[in-house]
Amino acid sequence: MEKFVKHEGLVAPLDRANVDTDQIIPKQFLKSIKRTGFGPNLFDEWRYLDEGYPGQDNDARPKNPDFVLNQPVYQGATILLARRNFGCGSSREHAPWALMDFGFRAVIAPSFADIFYNNCFKNGLLPIVLSEEQMEELFQAEAANPGLRLTVDLEAQQVRTPEGKAYDFDIDEFRKHCLLNGLDEIGLTLQEADTIRAYEERRRAREPWVFAEHANH
Amino acid sequence: MAGKTLYDKLWDAHLVAQREDGSALIYIDRHIIHEVTSPQAFEGLRLAGRQPWRTGAAVATIDHNVPTTPFKSAADITDETSRIQVQTLQDNTREFGITEFGIGDVRQGIVHVMAPEQGAVVPGMTVVCGDSHTSTNGALACLAHGIGTSEVEHVLATQTLVAKKMKNMQVKVEGDLGPGVTAKDVVLHIIGVIGTAGGTGHAIEFAGSAIRSLSLEGRMTVCNMAIEAGARAGMVAVDDVTVDYVKGRPMAPSGEQWAQAEAYWRTLVSDDDARFDTVVEIDAADISPQVSWGTSPEMVVAVNASLPDPQAENDEVKRSGMLRAYEYMGLKPGIKVGDIPVDRVFIGSCTNSRIEDLRAAADVAKGRKKADSVKQVLVVPGSGLVKKQAEQEGLDKIFIEAGFEWREPGCSMCLAMNPDRLQPGEHCASTSNRNFEGRQGNGGRTHLVSPAMAAAAAVAGHFVDVRELG
Ligand code: SF4
Repeated sequence: MEKFVKHEGLVAPLDRANVDTDQIIPKQFLKSIKRTGFGPNLFDEWRYLDEGYPGQDNDARPKNPDFVLNQPVYQGATILLARRNFGCGSSREHAPWALMDFGFRAVIAPSFADIFYNNCFKNGLLPIVLSEEQMEELFQAEAANPGLRLTVDLEAQQVRTPEGKAYDFDIDEFRKHCLLNGLDEIGLTLQEADTIRAYEERRRAREPWVFAEHANH
Repeated sequence: MAGKTLYDKLWDAHLVAQREDGSALIYIDRHIIHEVTSPQAFEGLRLAGRQPWRTGAAVATIDHNVPTTPFKSAADITDETSRIQVQTLQDNTREFGITEFGIGDVRQGIVHVMAPEQGAVVPGMTVVCGDSHTSTNGALACLAHGIGTSEVEHVLATQTLVAKKMKNMQVKVEGDLGPGVTAKDVVLHIIGVIGTAGGTGHAIEFAGSAIRSLSLEGRMTVCNMAIEAGARAGMVAVDDVTVDYVKGRPMAPSGEQWAQAEAYWRTLVSDDDARFDTVVEIDAADISPQVSWGTSPEMVVAVNASLPDPQAENDEVKRSGMLRAYEYMGLKPGIKVGDIPVDRVFIGSCTNSRIEDLRAAADVAKGRKKADSVKQVLVVPGSGLVKKQAEQEGLDKIFIEAGFEWREPGCSMCLAMNPDRLQPGEHCASTSNRNFEGRQGNGGRTHLVSPAMAAAAAVAGHFVDVRELG
């Protein structure tokens, strides 16, 4: 997994609440069996005027000039400002894959849907929760100064503006540790293989049917 | 010390290790796999040279991509990417020795219909699948929720999940449900009350006399949409209905083990003195048949109501969401639900494609005909076994006589990954669970309803109160 320590980058504002995973990456693109290549179809229905399908030449498609990520000032954005309940909907991990593949490293919002929030960490994308008021301040700061850049400092758990205004955020210690070190969670868990086996033995004694092998299935 | 909730009990029983930072390792009893969210997980295993921890814990099937017209092998799937996913699942399950109910197997179907039907899910289990509607299985007093693809890989490799305990929420629906009011209306009403983020961070236990009066299939419909209420997991405590449902299913315990299992399962209820972080109480008498009008499941009203006025909404974010939804749906505040035209109807999905759902739709369709203005009515059973049962009961004939189309099992128009989809601007009465923009096809307009309400809309050509059909 890609490490995340500190990141300075261009901010793009997505001023809508309840952005769901169908909007982040429409379902026709879930058919890929790979983890990469989703970036060009991030927010597909908003970014393009035609209907997207896999395997298209996305450069040749008509773009929606009003959509934020199509505006020249936001080219190369790596930090997304979003509204409440970002990432609601399905459990598809394609959503963080698409955001990462597009170039985003952090999403800042007042709240996230649970599964999406989880999925971000597994892929080195940092979801940051700030209060509604703080988000409003950031949206306004960005509107007053398009092209705004922010620094996200995971070590210090802070989002900082160029003027030095700092917003503290909370993050779970374990997730922070994994992100800072780019640790593979499966490898970490397998260090506890003996504990898992011991647990299995206890359960097997109590609920043997859970471990039944079904010949004809 | 306060007693434990059902969720507390399930959590404690599966705790492998508690970490200092509040996260924990929990054991996963049943892992259900489908073709869309698993390829990258198997690829990850292969790249790391890892093997599944316990292959017997997993069971796979294909659902999202399968055509609902008859086909014999993966090669018959015309859409190339769909074919690749279906083929890839078959290859992966064979390589790693995992059971798959694949093409042509009568047990194939939507993951959340297939698993309980097979008894692959029994009370007291932890159940995960790379699919958010895994919450459906909570109807069997399981801790069941969706996971992402990295977690699919993690569960395959370690049989555990790194998780954090959620908060406890109880949604209590007390009283008698009126005639024509179904499980789907109950859950849509709940979401209308608490909102799509109402359950965020919580595991919801659905309780109260109205929930207990539902069949196990009805409870699945309710738990299915826990995710639309913002909660990863929904559940219902064990009672006779639960135990009766499980008995005799192919993968359920039998013989001596049955008695042992049943005795344990009977303890899977919240203690009387258990404490919930959040409690929501709903009067069953307040629930009418529901119709969603917007692009979020919380945008829902009673069938005999008018569409809400955004100007009356004080929350600015909500108001702008409503305005956007009106624009997308091509509707105006104040119009009556009954004035919304219906172009297509979809009866199916993991919310409402079990036998009772099909019976409810057939009850309405019987002796009636699809309205001429309705272009298509799709009836898509949740699994091969549901299809077979429906045909034994003659439901297929009722549908066909009414001008409905009787299809092969799969997700179908719930998310339009296969050829079943809406055209831009079309309104669809759908028994599925999500009315997001473009969910059923680019530009399509989804209205979530119960199976009976969907069939009634098919017959009338617009939404009607199923209670007034007679
Ligand atoms: S029926 Fe719909 S909601 Fe259910 S698993 Fe399939 S696509 Fe998902």
